[in-house]
Amino acid sequence: MSASLSEQLEHLPEYMGAHMLLCGVALLLGLCISLPMALLVVRRPRAAAVVLGSAGVIQTIPSLALLALMVPLLKSFGFLPALVALVLYSMLPILRNTVTGISQVDPNLTEAANALGLTPGQMLRLVEIPLALPIIVAGVRTSAVWVVGIATLSTPVGQTSLGNYIFGGLQTRNWTAVMVGCVLAAALALLIDLLLALAERGARLRRPMHTVLGLGALVVVLVTGSLWPHLATSRPPDTRQVVAPQTSAGAASQSAPVTSVRVGAKTFTEQYILAALMERHLRAAGLVVTRADSLGSTVAFDALCRSEIDVYVDYSGTLWANAMKRQDKAPPWKVLAELAGWLADRHGVRLLGALGFENAYALAMRRDRATQLGIATVQDLTHHAPLLAVGSDYEFFQRPEWRTLQQTYGLAFRETVSFDSTFMYPAVVENKVDIITAFSSDGRIAAYDLVVLDDPRHAFPPYDAVVLLSPRVATDAAVVGALQEMLGRIDVAHMRQANLMVDRDDDKWTPDQAAGWLDEQTRRP
Amino acid sequence: MIELHCVQVTYPGGVALQDLSLTVAAGQMLVLVGESGSGKTTTLKLVNRRVDPTSGTVLVDGRNVATVDAIALRRSVGTVFQRFGLFPHMTVAENVGLLPRLMGCSAADIHARVNTLLEMVGLAPQVFGDRFPAELSGGQQQRVGVARALAPRPRILLMDEPFGALDPVTREGLATQVRQLHVDLGLTTVLVTHDMTEALLMGDQVAVMHAGVLLQLGTPAQLLHAPSSDRVRALLETPRLQVERLGRLVSGAA
Repeated sequence: MSASLSEQLEHLPEYMGAHMLLCGVALLLGLCISLPMALLVVRRPRAAAVVLGSAGVIQTIPSLALLALMVPLLKSFGFLPALVALVLYSMLPILRNTVTGISQVDPNLTEAANALGLTPGQMLRLVEIPLALPIIVAGVRTSAVWVVGIATLSTPVGQTSLGNYIFGGLQTRNWTAVMVGCVLAAALALLIDLLLALAERGARLRRPMHTVLGLGALVVVLVTGSLWPHLATSRPPDTRQVVAPQTSAGAASQSAPVTSVRVGAKTFTEQYILAALMERHLRAAGLVVTRADSLGSTVAFDALCRSEIDVYVDYSGTLWANAMKRQDKAPPWKVLAELAGWLADRHGVRLLGALGFENAYALAMRRDRATQLGIATVQDLTHHAPLLAVGSDYEFFQRPEWRTLQQTYGLAFRETVSFDSTFMYPAVVENKVDIITAFSSDGRIAAYDLVVLDDPRHAFPPYDAVVLLSPRVATDAAVVGALQEMLGRIDVAHMRQANLMVDRDDDKWTPDQAAGWLDEQTRRP
Repeated sequence: MIELHCVQVTYPGGVALQDLSLTVAAGQMLVLVGESGSGKTTTLKLVNRRVDPTSGTVLVDGRNVATVDAIALRRSVGTVFQRFGLFPHMTVAENVGLLPRLMGCSAADIHARVNTLLEMVGLAPQVFGDRFPAELSGGQQQRVGVARALAPRPRILLMDEPFGALDPVTREGLATQVRQLHVDLGLTTVLVTHDMTEALLMGDQVAVMHAGVLLQLGTPAQLLHAPSSDRVRALLETPRLQVERLGRLVSGAA
C-alpha cells in the first residue's frame, strides 16, 4: 500500500498544480462575472429572475455533460472548455446569495440611508453590501467547494486535474489512486472554504488581520500550487520546449522539425500502457513528451484532428463505424486502406500503421453458463436472448456496431446494462449479467475463464490497433521514425499479458511498468 | 421656513393628501398629529422629496423642492426615525460621522464634530463612540439617531414618531432634550406623532390630520379652547381627562 501510495504521490505536483490553477482561475472569473451581474440586477426583480433562472438551468445540466458539451461548442480541448464549464457552474451560488443577501437587508435601514441623502451607489457600498457580506461569502464558499469537486471531471475533456487519479484508478482497478484523488480534492475544497470563512469572519468582526491572513493564504496557496509542477521539476531551461502554434488541419507540413509531442490516451488500461510505450519511444528519439490521459473516445479523435494532441492509438473498427459512419462489412486490409485515405483527405490525419494486434468487441460469457445453455456462437444466442441480460461499457450501446449486431443476428435481449469497463467483468462472473461485450485483448477474459462467442456473420468490423498522427506531426521525420519502430511488433498475447499485469488485484503493475515490460518483449534485438 | 401650497398626493391605492396648505415659520416646531393613515408621515416626506406631490408646490427656504437636487436637499435636512435606523455594522461614531465623511470633511474635523454632537445629546464620546448600536439601550440609540441627524448642521429637522419605540420615562427625558436642542440650535422642526398629549406639550403649532385632510392648525391653546370640529374636540378629550384625573389625584394627595 505504502509503495503504491508513494507511486501515486509522484504525480502530485502535476495533478494538484493543474487542478489548483484551473480552480483558482475559474473562481476568480466566476466572482468577477457574477458579483457585478448580481449588483446590476438586484434592483430589477424581472432581470434578476431571468439571470437566476438561467444560472439555475445551467446548474441542472449534469456537470460531466456540461464539460463534454464545451468541447464541440468551443471547438477546443483541455483547459478552455474545462474553465468555461466551471465558471458557468460557479455562478449560481454567488448570484443567488448576492441578490438574496442584498434584498433581505432591513428595509428600515435602506429607508434611513435614502432619507439621510446617500446616493444609490453609496447605499450599496456602505450599507447593503456590508450587511449582506456573510450571505455573499457563503455563496462564494459554496461555489468554491463545487468548483474544486467538479474540476475532477475535467480529466475526460483533456484537462489534467486530480480527476486523473480517479479516472485512471477506476480504469486500472487501482483503488489507492482513486482514494488519493478523492482525499486530495476534499482536502483542497475544505482548505479553500476555511480560508474564505476566516476572511469573512475578519471582515465581520473588524479584524483586518484575519481578512488579510485568510485572503493572503488563499492567494499564496493557489499561486504556489499552480506553479508547483514547474518548481518540482527543476529541469534546466529547455529552449526546445516551445509549444508549436496551433495550425489548422493539414497546414503544418512545411513547419520546422517538431520538438515536443503530446501523447493522448482514452480511458482504459490498454490505452495508458500504449501511451506510456509511445512516450518511451519518443523520448528515446530526443523529443519532449507531454501526456493527456483519460480522454473521452471522440474527444481524443477531435483533439487529434486539431493537433491539440499529436498521437494516440485508436482501433480501425471504431473509426470505421463512428468517424466514417460506415455500416458495411469489409476485410481488415480494406478497412485500413480506406480509413487511411479518408483520414488524410478529410482531417489531414496520418494513419501511421497497425501495431499488430486487434482489440475487438466480442461477446463473452461464463464457461459454465455457455455450456449449460449450449451456446458457442452469437448465432446460438438468437433464441436465448429474450431471457438474457447483456452488460457493456458506457459507449457500446450508442455505437452503430450494436445496431448492426442486433440486426445481423436478430437479437432482442431482455435487458441492457451499462458499466464502467472495470466492473463489467466482475458483473458477468457474479451472474449480474449473462453476457458482456468484452475486449479481445483484455487479459481478464482468460483470467476469469470466459468464453468468447464466435461471430460467424462478421457483424463486428475488424478492430486493428492503429497509431494516428496529428496534422502537425504527420510528416515529422523524428516522430514518424520513433513510432514506426513499434508497428507490427505487438501481438495480442503480449498485449493481454500487459493489460492483466495492470488490471489484476495482486502484484499490480503500473501502466508505465507494464509498458517497460512490453517494450523489452517487442523491441527488435 | 417650510411652505406647502395646495398639495395633493395620490398613491396607486388612493388619495394620501388632499389640498394641504400650511407654513412652518423659521425656528418653529410644528407637530403633525393624527391616527395611522391620516397623511402625517406623507406630509413629512414631502419636505425632503422622499415623496413628490401629485399637484401643488413645496417650498423650503423659499425654493421649490422639485427644482432642487434630492440628495443635496436630504443632506441639508436632518431626519430622525421611529426605529432609529442606525446602521448595525457601524460604530456609534461612524454612524454619526457618516454624512460629514460623505461630504468630504477631514478625519480630524469628523472626530471633533462627532464628539461635540455626542456630548450635545448627552452621551460621553469616550464611552459610547466605539460601541455598536446593538450594545445600546433604545433611548441611547435614539440619542445617536438625533446626533446623526444634526451632523451636517441642518437648519430643518424632521422627526417621524421619534419617541414611539421608547418607554415613558425615557421618552419624557428625550422629548425635553429635543425641545431644548430645537430652541438652542434655532431649528425649524416638523415632528410626527399619534399622541395628542405629546403634540400639545412639544409643538409651537399643532396640525391635526385625518384621512389626508388637515382638520385644524393652531397653537396648543387655540386647539384646547376653540376646537374647530367635533372630531378635533374628541381627540382633545383624552389629554383633558388625563389632566383632570391627575389634578384630582394631586390635590387629593396634598
